[in-house]
Amino acid sequence: MIRAIRSARTQCEERGVIQRECAAIRAQFRQVDNGGARSHNLAKLLYVHMLGYPAHFGQMECVRMIASPRYSEKRVGYLGAMMLLDEKQDASLLITNSIKNDLAHSNQYVQSLALCTLACMGSAEMCRDLAPEIDRLLRASNSYIKKKAALCAVHIVRKVHDLGELFAPAARSLLAEKNHGQLILTFSVCYNVFVPCVSQTVPDLVQIMKGLVISGYSPEHDVAGISDPFLQVRILRLLRILGRHNETASDAMNDLLAQVATNTDSTKTVGNAVLYETVLTVLDIKSESGLRVLAVNILGRFLLNNDRNIRYIAMTSLQRIVGTDHNAVQRHRGTIVDCLKDQDASVKRRALELSLALVSASNIRTMMKELLLFLSSCPPELRAQAASGIFHAAERYAPSQRWHIDTILHVLTTAGGDVRDETVPNLIQLITNTSELHCYTVHKLYRALLTDISQPSLVQVACWCIGEYGDLLLKGECQETEPSQVTEDDALDALETVLQSHMSSPATRGFALTATMKLSTRITENVDRIRSIVSIYGSCMDVELQQRAVEYNALFRKYDHMRAAVLERMPVIEKNSSGHTNGETAGDAVKEIQPAAVKQTGPLLPQQPANQVHPPTVPVYEKDGVSLTLICEKTSDSGMTVTLTASNSTDSDISVFTLQAAVPKSVQLHMKAPSGDFLPARGAAKVTQMVALNNPNKVNLKMRIRISYNTSQGSAYQDTVQIDSFPGL
Amino acid sequence: MMRFLLLFSRQGKLRLQKWFTPISEREKKKIIRDMTSMVLARQPRSCNFLHWKDLKIIYKRYASLYFCLAVDNQENELLALEVIHRYVELLDKYFGNVCELDIIFNFEKAYFILDEFLIGGEIQETSKQVVNRCIESSDMLQEDDSSEWYEVELFG
Repeated sequence: MIRAIRSARTQCEERGVIQRECAAIRAQFRQVDNGGARSHNLAKLLYVHMLGYPAHFGQMECVRMIASPRYSEKRVGYLGAMMLLDEKQDASLLITNSIKNDLAHSNQYVQSLALCTLACMGSAEMCRDLAPEIDRLLRASNSYIKKKAALCAVHIVRKVHDLGELFAPAARSLLAEKNHGQLILTFSVCYNVFVPCVSQTVPDLVQIMKGLVISGYSPEHDVAGISDPFLQVRILRLLRILGRHNETASDAMNDLLAQVATNTDSTKTVGNAVLYETVLTVLDIKSESGLRVLAVNILGRFLLNNDRNIRYIAMTSLQRIVGTDHNAVQRHRGTIVDCLKDQDASVKRRALELSLALVSASNIRTMMKELLLFLSSCPPELRAQAASGIFHAAERYAPSQRWHIDTILHVLTTAGGDVRDETVPNLIQLITNTSELHCYTVHKLYRALLTDISQPSLVQVACWCIGEYGDLLLKGECQETEPSQVTEDDALDALETVLQSHMSSPATRGFALTATMKLSTRITENVDRIRSIVSIYGSCMDVELQQRAVEYNALFRKYDHMRAAVLERMPVIEKNSSGHTNGETAGDAVKEIQPAAVKQTGPLLPQQPANQVHPPTVPVYEKDGVSLTLICEKTSDSGMTVTLTASNSTDSDISVFTLQAAVPKSVQLHMKAPSGDFLPARGAAKVTQMVALNNPNKVNLKMRIRISYNTSQGSAYQDTVQIDSFPGL
Repeated sequence: MMRFLLLFSRQGKLRLQKWFTPISEREKKKIIRDMTSMVLARQPRSCNFLHWKDLKIIYKRYASLYFCLAVDNQENELLALEVIHRYVELLDKYFGNVCELDIIFNFEKAYFILDEFLIGGEIQETSKQVVNRCIESSDMLQEDDSSEWYEVELFG
């Protein structure tokens, strides 16, 4: 059948063949007994399943075949069970009984099939049911079965942690086994399951390991000259777990680890595997410093290895210890930086992470050079990580402000599209802080803007700077860099290009527009040009831009005298914690600063930012679980509305809740209808009542409120409270 | 602990799949798709280790087949490479100069060998001879499929 499927030339043909076969198989399944063809059919079905076609109708057949007395059918049946059934299928429960019977079978291969299947797909209930059986098998004398039973026990304990104690005594006896095959799974069992009961056996483990390392050639277990590396690695891992927080255990292992580290042959992958595990163990347990140095040296040797795999794992391990053994890792910095240039993406990623971790105040300049070089040639998925890593490093270790700004500019020009949004406000804030470099910065940014306007963050920062420090740009002289003669027209041209380019996002355009506006106070001649630009955008499709343009127009027309004050240089922005957001564009910042700067002149623009702040809620009365709060809002020159909200936090309901209010004589009071008079328990609902007050004589406003209600027991309750001061007035 | 083992050809057709943890069918299909696309996209001389979700993926190419093994994060990757290699050696010994066609047409035998080597995500037997002997005995048992069972005590 397989040949037929493979000879199908198109997908459609293949589907046809498979459908016919499946139909035939289904028909045959329905027949009661088929001789040897049953296993054959199931095998066919499994192949079809592997190709990705549905095969659920085979599940019951699996169950039936597992129960069959013939070995061949059992074999395929169990295979089908492992492939088609999993925990979530109901049919898996049906095989529990069959597995139980097979576990007690006289033939060990049948037992092994059952064990294997149970270990592969046993669900929690199945495990619980069959755990005693497994325990019995663990104690059996047949080593073949013991092996499988032990691994099955591991699976069971992984599924159902409580059963660990059940297997503990059997596991301990396993440790005494001499056979390699037994040992390996003993250790699997141990380190997965019950570490504490094994801790006394560290010396024994050390002995076994020594035997493995020193002993002669054992052809059965040998892999390229290392005797039984799988077992060695297992033992090392177990030692690692035992020694992790345990001083005495670690001491016992020191010699052994040193011996393994020095004696293992590292020309082949196998040897390296054992060495790697040794290194991990040394680094994890409380080892002595000499041993740690040895381990780091081994990792260093790995780094120089030609094999990429080895370099990769060396860097992964170094990453783990860079926090603790920083100096040791620093020694290998050169090699790590070289790995940045490797062609393999995984190696590059690891090298990048490690390099970023190794950056420190002393090597910042050289490292940054390398990192920037890397950024220009790195694969796109690593760009964002690299950029943010560079920013962090620059922030922490920048030797000078100018260097810092240079670095950030460099990053923006190479990878501007991949940096995060908050770099723009961060950079702006950095620039405002370094007042002596304004001139230099704005020149550099202007030049960058001329060359390339595709990087959004760069363009935004450049526009902002040109707007703020345009006068410095136009002055034409600058100490730090060669000046270029920039006329006002040039500057405006640049900004206009940004405004009109289709590559600019709306936020960028906002920046550019605001910058153009700011230039109107900084330059002398081309104010009309600015006015025309601004008025064009008064009818722009984008609402944000339109709003700004209209505002700026108004600034030109009606408030021209205030223009200079409004658009003057921004003060240094305080770097707050994350609560302070400058918003995505500097335009918002300008608006925020605006009212602060010209508070004395009263409302500036027609649109006053609406008072977003909610009037405060003042608690006025709190007794016996009943609380009353008050909110006042001024509605007119002499009038206000007071909203009283009552709630009940006791466990019983309150009914007939009424409020009465009294005010001084000249104040007029009008109480609106309350929302209700029933206060359910535990604050499930509240009662509100609006009170309109008119205070034409502007006397000192006081209010006396009487609260009366009935409790659930029926008793009446009354109280009075006086409010002397009203917030929000 | 190993999570799953996949074998697929250079064209991305699956030849063997072994899952050591319970996963739904849809998840399995998705994982297979992800693995094949990730591994087949790798350059020829690149590192054999990948990072995917919270697992490490170790893959190795033998002739036209890619062996892809997923292990937990704490496992030793170099050892996983050895595991793959050992499995290939076992197959080679059994089929005699194994090639992809052998695995295609005798996939259930490949599964049986795997079951003798790994159980529940852990290595079961480190000796090649023992595994081979077990497989041979099981095969004999299968052929001799009449009602006679005999105790086979391989080693005490």
